[in-house]
Amino acid sequence: MPESDVPFRILPRLSDRNRHFWTGGEDGELRFLRCQDDGAYVHPPVTRCPRCYGKNLKVEDVSGRATVLTYSVNHQPWMPGPELPYVVAIVEIVEQEGVRLTTNIVNCPVDDVRVGMPVRVVFEEHVDGDESVWIPLFEPLKTDGEQ
Amino acid sequence: MAKEYAEKRAVISGVGQSEVGRRLYRDPLDLTLDACLAAIEDAGLTPADIDGIATYPGVMDQPPGFSGAGVVDVQDALRLDLSWYTGGLELPGQLGSVIDAVLAVACDLATHVLCFRSVYEGSAQGKEGRAAVMPGGGGGGGFRASGFMQWTLPFAAPSAAIWIAMFAQRHFHEFGTTREQLAQIALNARKNAALNPNGVYRDPMTMDDYLAARLISTPLCLYDCDVPCDGGTAVIVSRADTAPDLRRPPVQVEAVGTALRGRPSWDQFDDLTTMACRDAGTQLWTRTDLKPADVQLAEMYDGFSFITMAWLEAMGFCGRGESGPFVEGGSRIARDGELPLNTHGGQLSSGRLHGYGFLHEACVQLWGEAGDRQVPGGPEVGVAAAGGGPLAGCLLLTRRG
Repeated sequence: MPESDVPFRILPRLSDRNRHFWTGGEDGELRFLRCQDDGAYVHPPVTRCPRCYGKNLKVEDVSGRATVLTYSVNHQPWMPGPELPYVVAIVEIVEQEGVRLTTNIVNCPVDDVRVGMPVRVVFEEHVDGDESVWIPLFEPLKTDGEQ
Repeated sequence: MAKEYAEKRAVISGVGQSEVGRRLYRDPLDLTLDACLAAIEDAGLTPADIDGIATYPGVMDQPPGFSGAGVVDVQDALRLDLSWYTGGLELPGQLGSVIDAVLAVACDLATHVLCFRSVYEGSAQGKEGRAAVMPGGGGGGGFRASGFMQWTLPFAAPSAAIWIAMFAQRHFHEFGTTREQLAQIALNARKNAALNPNGVYRDPMTMDDYLAARLISTPLCLYDCDVPCDGGTAVIVSRADTAPDLRRPPVQVEAVGTALRGRPSWDQFDDLTTMACRDAGTQLWTRTDLKPADVQLAEMYDGFSFITMAWLEAMGFCGRGESGPFVEGGSRIARDGELPLNTHGGQLSSGRLHGYGFLHEACVQLWGEAGDRQVPGGPEVGVAAAGGGPLAGCLLLTRRG
C-alpha cells in the first residue's frame, strides 16, 4: 500500500508478550502463540495454554485465512482514521474455532461485506520512530481465476 | 423451593436522584451529594445511620466525566463512620456495586449502605462532543494502546457503539431481526421520557424519525445510542430486619444475578448474539421460586438499544433470538402492556445515568410513587438489570406489604 494511502491509526504498545503478533507482517505472516503440547492457538497472548495450563507455547504462522463472524459499517467520525464509512469486523481464523480478531475489511465495497464471507490477511505497515508495527487487516479471499 | 439465599436479608429502603441534564456544568461531587442526601432522607434515615458505602466505578479521571465521585469523596463530605465500603470497576456491571452492598448487609458487615453512581459526561464533552473524550485524546502525542484496547483502537473501533453494533448485526443475521423491531426500544423509551420530569429528551419520536436518523455504526443509528448527561443517583441498601425503622415498607431484594461464564471480552464471547447478561439472567432464576412470567416491570440497560433486546432474552421474557418479534409494534413493552419496559425513558431518552437509573425507577414504580408515568395496576415484581458486553448484573425486586 502506498504510504500516502495509509490512514492514521492508534498503534499498540509492543511488549515481549504481543510483539510477534504486531510485527509478523514484516514477513507477511499472521502469527499466534500455539501450545506445543495440545495444539491450541492462544489469543490474546498469555504465558500459559488456557486448555492444559502448560507453558510450552511457541509462535507459529497461520494461513492468514479467516471467516467474517460479524461486522458493522461505521459512519461515525470517532477520531482520525480510515476514510468513512469503513467496515469493522470480527473474524475467526480457519485454523481454530474461537480464535478471533477485531479488524477492518478492506479492498471491498462496504455494502458487499457479509457474515460468513471468507477473507485473508493483508498488512498495513506503520513506522513510528525506529519501530514498525504491521496492522493485520482482511480482504475478500478471491476465488481462482479472479486473481 | 429455592434455598433461602442471602440476598433475601437485604432490602432497598430509599432512593434519590440529583438534577439530571444534558450539560449542567455543575460540580459533580455536589450532584452526587444531592442524590445521596435525597436517598438517605427518602429511607427515613439520617447520615449518622449510614455505615457502608458502595459505588461504581470509584475515582477515575478517564474517560472524562465517567465518575463524579468516589468512596472517599462522599465519606469525607458527609463525615460518615463506615463499617464497610467498596468502590471499583471490576464488578458484574454497574449494579454489581449494589449487589456488593446486598451481600455486606446480609452478612452483618453493615446495616445501611449508601450506594451511588454519578456522571458528568455531558459537561465533560462540552461543545466539542464525542471527539473530546476519545481514548488517547483522539490519537495525538504518541499514545499507544494496551490491554484490551490494543485489539480495537488500531482498527478505528474505539467505541462500544461499534462493538455492540457487531452483536446486533450477528443477531439480525441469525434470527432475521430488523431495524424496525430494534426501533421499538428507542420509541418506547422516548414515549416514557415524555412523562418523566427528569428526562433529557422528551419530544415525541416517530418510526420515520428513527429510520431517517444518521447511521452511527450499522445497524445502529443515532437513536440507538444513549445520551451522555450529568447527574447522580443513589439507593440505600438496608438489612431487612431494620424495616420497622424505615419511612415506608422497603423493596425486597428477592434474587440477584452476577455470573459471567464466557470469555470476558467484547469480541471473544462464545455467542455473538448475546452477552454476559445471558449468564447473570440464567443464574438469577435459580435463586428464587418466582418465574419470568411473574415479572410486571422490567427496567433494563439500554446504553445501546440492542443491549435491552439481549436482556429481554437473557431474563427469559422471550426465547433466544425472539426479542425482535417480542417487541414488534411496541405494545407489549409499553407502560400499559404486559411487560412495561424502561418506564422512565431509559438512558436512550432520559440520560446515561449508567445503570443506577434503572434500579431507581424499579423502586419508585414498586412503591407506586412514579407520578404521571406510574405503571397502572400497582406492580409488585420488577427487574432491574444493567451492563452490556462482558458486564452484567441484575436484581429481582418485590414490593413488601
